[in-house]
Amino acid sequence: METLSSSINASSSDFKQNSEHHRALANELKQRLAKVREGGGEKYRKRQEEQGKLFVRERIERLLDPNSPFLEFSALAATDLYDNEGKASASSGRTSASASDGESVAPGAGIVTGIGRVSNREVLIVANDATVKGGSYLPMTVKKHLRAQQIAEENHLPCLYLVDSGGAFLPLQDEVFPDVNHFGRIFYNQARMSAKRIPQIAAVMGSCTAGGAYVPAMSDEAIIVKGTGTIFLGGPPLVKAATGEDVSAEDLGGADVHTRLSGVADHFADDDDHAIELLRGIVETLPKKVESGKSSLYFPLSTPEEPLYPAEEIYGILPATFRETYDVHEIIARLVDGSKFREFKARYGTTLICGFARIHGYPVGIIANNGVLFSESALKATHFIELCDQREVPLVFLQNITGFMVGREAEVGGIAKDGAKMVHAVATTRVPKLTVVIGGSFGAGNYAMSGRAYGSRFLWMWPNARISVMGGEQAANVLLTIKQDQLAREGKPAMTVDEANEFKRPILEKYEYEGNPYYSTARLWDDGVIDPVDTRQVLGLALSVVLNSPVEEQGFGVFRM
Amino acid sequence: MFKKILIANRGEIAIRIMRACKELGAKTVAVYSDADKNSMHAQLADEAIHIGDSSPKQSYLNADVLIQAALASQADAIHPGYGFLSENASFAGTVDSAHLTFIGPSADSIRAMGDKAESKIRMKKAGVPTVPGFEGLESESDFKKAAEEIGYPVLVKAAAGGGGKGMRVVNQPEELHEAIESARGEASNAFGDDRLLVEKYIPNAHHIEFQVFGDQHGHLVHLFERECSTQRRYQKIIEETPSPLLTPELRKQMGEAAVNAARAVNYYNAGTIEFIFDPSLSTPALSGDEGFYFLEMNTRLQVEHPITELTTGLDLVQWQIRVAAGERFPYSQEQLTQRGHAIECRVYAEDPANGFFPSTGKLLQYIEPRGPGIRVDSGFRAGDEVSHFYDPLLAKLIVFGESRETAIQKMQAALREFVAHGVTTNIDFMQDVLSHEDFTSGKVSTKWVENKFNWKPSTPTFESLIAASLADLTIVNRPSSIVNEHDPFSPWKNPNGFRN
Repeated sequence: METLSSSINASSSDFKQNSEHHRALANELKQRLAKVREGGGEKYRKRQEEQGKLFVRERIERLLDPNSPFLEFSALAATDLYDNEGKASASSGRTSASASDGESVAPGAGIVTGIGRVSNREVLIVANDATVKGGSYLPMTVKKHLRAQQIAEENHLPCLYLVDSGGAFLPLQDEVFPDVNHFGRIFYNQARMSAKRIPQIAAVMGSCTAGGAYVPAMSDEAIIVKGTGTIFLGGPPLVKAATGEDVSAEDLGGADVHTRLSGVADHFADDDDHAIELLRGIVETLPKKVESGKSSLYFPLSTPEEPLYPAEEIYGILPATFRETYDVHEIIARLVDGSKFREFKARYGTTLICGFARIHGYPVGIIANNGVLFSESALKATHFIELCDQREVPLVFLQNITGFMVGREAEVGGIAKDGAKMVHAVATTRVPKLTVVIGGSFGAGNYAMSGRAYGSRFLWMWPNARISVMGGEQAANVLLTIKQDQLAREGKPAMTVDEANEFKRPILEKYEYEGNPYYSTARLWDDGVIDPVDTRQVLGLALSVVLNSPVEEQGFGVFRM
Repeated sequence: MFKKILIANRGEIAIRIMRACKELGAKTVAVYSDADKNSMHAQLADEAIHIGDSSPKQSYLNADVLIQAALASQADAIHPGYGFLSENASFAGTVDSAHLTFIGPSADSIRAMGDKAESKIRMKKAGVPTVPGFEGLESESDFKKAAEEIGYPVLVKAAAGGGGKGMRVVNQPEELHEAIESARGEASNAFGDDRLLVEKYIPNAHHIEFQVFGDQHGHLVHLFERECSTQRRYQKIIEETPSPLLTPELRKQMGEAAVNAARAVNYYNAGTIEFIFDPSLSTPALSGDEGFYFLEMNTRLQVEHPITELTTGLDLVQWQIRVAAGERFPYSQEQLTQRGHAIECRVYAEDPANGFFPSTGKLLQYIEPRGPGIRVDSGFRAGDEVSHFYDPLLAKLIVFGESRETAIQKMQAALREFVAHGVTTNIDFMQDVLSHEDFTSGKVSTKWVENKFNWKPSTPTFESLIAASLADLTIVNRPSSIVNEHDPFSPWKNPNGFRN
């Protein structure tokens, strides 16, 4: 395999400026993440502590194998989405140019999800944060919980639910209760996964009321903590109202009741630590699912090698704006083992880079944008995806795409049908796909490069990424052209440069605001915003995860030729 | 051809078999016990399945678990190796009924040859010479009568046995009672079957065995002999081929007898007919006695198969697999020839100065010899632990030379190069056997080590003591890794506490 050589000049002023810009973005990300990790704030964490409960992040830390990685999903979900009443926040409709400031009344949507290693086994963890609105389910909470379950199902990961939730958030009941991807889907997923032999284990470490009671009840095994854990369909106030019965929460649905009398839970834990110990014990004795993707790989794994160039240089390579270009090989050289890359069709359709490499020893097929997509680039990608599919090599998309080429020449050349071939191949390939949006994600380019709708097992964004139906500049110019045409038809004078800029300003602001990665991740259009220097680590962990499920038998459909 | 083969064994032979599988394009599944979780055989396989704790009964002898592992990993065949369940007819049968292929003979052949008494009767019927003797004896007086008829010294041994267990030499009538009692006890312990038989004891007997090989289409040949008389505690330590004792006529005669013996049980795949050879009767025509007697058949691959591979040029394990898959064995008896001379030394972690007692511990330094004509089949590396759970065979050192003399020289040089510190080995012991006059003149019989050799270790040289202590200081302990058979380099194992 060829080794990529880097031709950057780390002492150039451009490099330094870029580096400064992107380091600042990375710092902003770190600050936002640090804030979210505080949960609902000091006051509520203290209250939990007084109840003898551990904070959700502490529960997860103690559950994981010591010093093992934790790959968290969408930590910044629900940023700016809700106001203090839980209503959709007015700011979600604003068009200010500044991106959201990261203040959130529902940090992380009140739920922590991610993949970690427990008793030497990759597992999916879904843990309510009771310091955020009592752990109740806002619409984004439901979406984040369901996304985590989807990840578990696709990658055959045992699910561990650390339950501490008041159930559905009642003021928004119409947005969390009735629809397909609403609250009920959680239990549907539990039943379906259990049927597929994907273990479902719950530890009730707080309240678990009404619909929420089904999380432990639908689990294969359930633990409940003495004193704090309660499970009931109707809590004491509801019972009092309905039957006049006066009963304490503990007597109605505490650990003793459920492990001794009702059988709703299986294991009695003295406190959170004991529950975690029991949980680790259960995971330790889970049988290994035999039909693992890792047992039937066509390719041998190899010893991982660090790239030859430091990841930090990515900050300096990425231009500060999308107007400037750079060679994506420089990024690939900082992601793959030994910076080794066997490029496919290097001389053809050069605006798209395809090639084989390894990340943490796992073979991957990389598809990375290096300019606008032409017919040739789309055909090359289609061919390459077929190769990876045939060889059962996972695909990694490095997305930085303004879209497909437009113009008469391109249309006559059939770019629509060639683009369709690529979209078709992306949609139907059997191999797992991982997508990282490292720059722009605009228009049909988003589809062709395995955007959210194309079923990538994971999709992350870099802090500099932007996502929208087209670039803000393009959108503003399109609208301006239409406006100018309209003025011309009406016999009015064309706009002056100043007028035109004034016309474009709100459009640019809207696209900048809505295209921002924090706007995206708040709505769960991705699995999180990641620091570019963590990309290799994140991809390695994810590759290990996606290979847990075998590649399924399925073929491609009809390619329009 | 099979797509995936489970190897129901461990150590050197598991690795030997995996190599053949890989050469034939079949994927390999290793099984391992707790004690073997970091062992080479588990790491070299395409996948490895944990089958239980360290005691063989809970792991390598646990037929159910092995078959489950084969089904779970979607293997289509099982190779049993040698030892463990390789000669267990019911295991072979269970493998069949699980719709898997047992790489070896049929369960019926194994069963027929497994019972020593029954097999001897069959052999007599098939015209294969057997040691004069009696079976089916009940009372002590029956034994006495039989022994008298054969003439002392006689051998009392377990009907179901092998490997020297439940076997007693009786020189005179007074010793008979105790021999029967102790042999019976040992037989019942070792094989769960206390039936005994009595037969003529041949002093200075040599052990010469013939490799037989057949396919499932009725074609059966022999692949010549192996001289395996250098033994300690009834177990072979040095084997060679050709035997320095056989004339071409005898070889032909014995080979034919071996093929007849195998044919009598409709044998296919690799097997070995062991003969007791009486060197005092090596001009058989005079006495009317053949001078060689059927001892038993090993219905499996032998430990010492490599010497046959080197002198015939055949890969026995590959052929085992191919024949099990239904292929025909393409060579006729006439096409098969012996070329050169091969010797195998079994390097054991054991103390020859102390009753060959197994020696356990960590291999602080371990370097195998290399060079032209040298083959080492082993399952250990420096840093590995030699545990008390299993046979302490470190490696089989096999050499090939154009003549017996050059092969012996090569073996002596190779043994000198063999470094194994941390456990006591029999390397010096074997060096001394090889350079003994009795060995070079081909006079070593099966009792020679015990009755005649009388080996004493020489005091270790200063240099070797220095080397051992340096090795102790310099070998870095390998960190024990989490066992995840399919995914050895997973970034989830990095203890970096990554958070995104």
